Amino acid sequence: MINMHWAYTLVGLMFAAFAIYSALDRTNGKRFGNAAFWGLMATSLLFGSAFAYLPALNLGTFFLAGEALGNFLNGLLVLALAGLAGFGFIGRSSPPTTTEGERLTWSYQLGNKLFLPALIIPATALIGTLAYNYTQVSGWGWIEERRETYIFLCLGALLALAVLIAWLRPAPAAPLQEGRRLIDAIGWAAVLPQMLAALGVVFAAAGVGTIIGDATRSMIPEGSIFLTVLVFGLGMALFTMIMGNAFAAFPVMAAAIGVPLLIQTYQGDPAVIGAIGMLAGFCGTLMTPMAANFNIVPAALLELKDRNGVIKAQIGTALPLLAVNIALIYFLAWR
Amino acid sequence: MTDLLYYLPLLGIVIVVFGFALRLNPMLVVTVAALATGLFAGRNPVEVVSLLGKAFNDNRIIAIVWIVLPIVGLLERYGLQQRASTVIRSIKAATAGRLLLLYLLLRQATAALGLTSIAGHPQTVRPLVAPMALAAAEQQHRDLDDDSKERVKAYSAATDNVGLFFGEDIFIAIGSIVLIQATLATYGIALSPLELAVWAIPTAIAAFIIHGWRLLRFDRTLRRRRK
Repeated sequence: MINMHWAYTLVGLMFAAFAIYSALDRTNGKRFGNAAFWGLMATSLLFGSAFAYLPALNLGTFFLAGEALGNFLNGLLVLALAGLAGFGFIGRSSPPTTTEGERLTWSYQLGNKLFLPALIIPATALIGTLAYNYTQVSGWGWIEERRETYIFLCLGALLALAVLIAWLRPAPAAPLQEGRRLIDAIGWAAVLPQMLAALGVVFAAAGVGTIIGDATRSMIPEGSIFLTVLVFGLGMALFTMIMGNAFAAFPVMAAAIGVPLLIQTYQGDPAVIGAIGMLAGFCGTLMTPMAANFNIVPAALLELKDRNGVIKAQIGTALPLLAVNIALIYFLAWR
Repeated sequence: MTDLLYYLPLLGIVIVVFGFALRLNPMLVVTVAALATGLFAGRNPVEVVSLLGKAFNDNRIIAIVWIVLPIVGLLERYGLQQRASTVIRSIKAATAGRLLLLYLLLRQATAALGLTSIAGHPQTVRPLVAPMALAAAEQQHRDLDDDSKERVKAYSAATDNVGLFFGEDIFIAIGSIVLIQATLATYGIALSPLELAVWAIPTAIAAFIIHGWRLLRFDRTLRRRRK
């Protein structure tokens, strides 16, 4: 069966190649920092789960073996990534690519046919996912359950690469060098979403959710449905901004306010409160740098000067939409 | 005193807020916040580091999307962004706002069908949507300043996010719907995914109206800025 480890291996090999090309790039003063950073990403993707099979480690009071050892080594890897990025050991490179003039010439020569390989990746992901799920193929269990889109994304990328190589015959190193040009433009922001996901887990383990939930609940005056809905909606948005993720906020706000007050005490419709409550959280996602994947990564990817540029463009949509969501809960849950 | 100790794990949040506000490197801020939170909650250092490592490893799926970079880079090498601009310039009625409005509709509609990974910032915004929006804006305003160019790019990314967030919950098999269902089920409230997904529709319409209106207004603010 094709599972996620195939995808991790493929992406891991790509990062390993980025690391090697980085180390060889004499034009970049920080080449070894970049090589170490992308090399650690490759290590995580290729061996992150295999660390558990290393011989046991004895650290005086701590004896680590198996899964515990794997987790600890992955933790050290995370600290090394953060250190390299945080203390300025990585820098942007300028791998060989075409000039603006050459690109213009190519774009006129190749015409609209250039769009076709660009559409291969989304088309493969789309058709692959639909064909797999809505035919009998899914019953054969060829692909890890609920992961088929990721597998088809990788397949689409390989297919597009093959088409481009056969059609345009670029230099052999070009695909990986062009990839390195982009990953270096994104820099540490490429790893930040995974770091934030890890921070969310630590927050949850330390009981941050319970503390916030209790504090929010203590703010609500008794007897007012509207004020309770208001605190629930604002709480979802604010806690999502802190955690960077509405998924982390929902169970906390549901436990503190949604279920005991809105559903059990005031008898509101649980489907409305659940569904629109989550969407109130999504308004928070639009307004926080903690949702790095959606807000910080694209700023880096589009080479914006202002790291918070995307968030600033979203606030004008997020705030009115949050108000709409709060009103929708109030009017629809007590129809 | 016990009160103060009870709130101690929240110091991690304070570190994050100040760290981001002071524009320190986020990778460092997040790591320090995670270590501090874990230690304040009474865990030992090895436990905290291990917790971070496990969570990082469990979330490797986030890194899969970078597989598209070599292809996006190759396409840029052969002038895809320039081609996208040329096509947009040949459409006289194209403006940045109208173009992004069309993308918003497509992104919301496909996300509502569960097709969330077919578009995104690396796959579609950088190679296609942003250069097209920029070309449309430059066609309207020949002397577009750098600030306006930044805003056109920022709005392109913002439109992808709004379309994705407020489309995906209409699809019944998406993670957030499953999470709502599972959370409420622990309190003995049984709901089907479909019962939840229909209540995502009013917000989806509101998001399209609000963001769509802002996109059309965006064309006008670009016009004013030029003068």
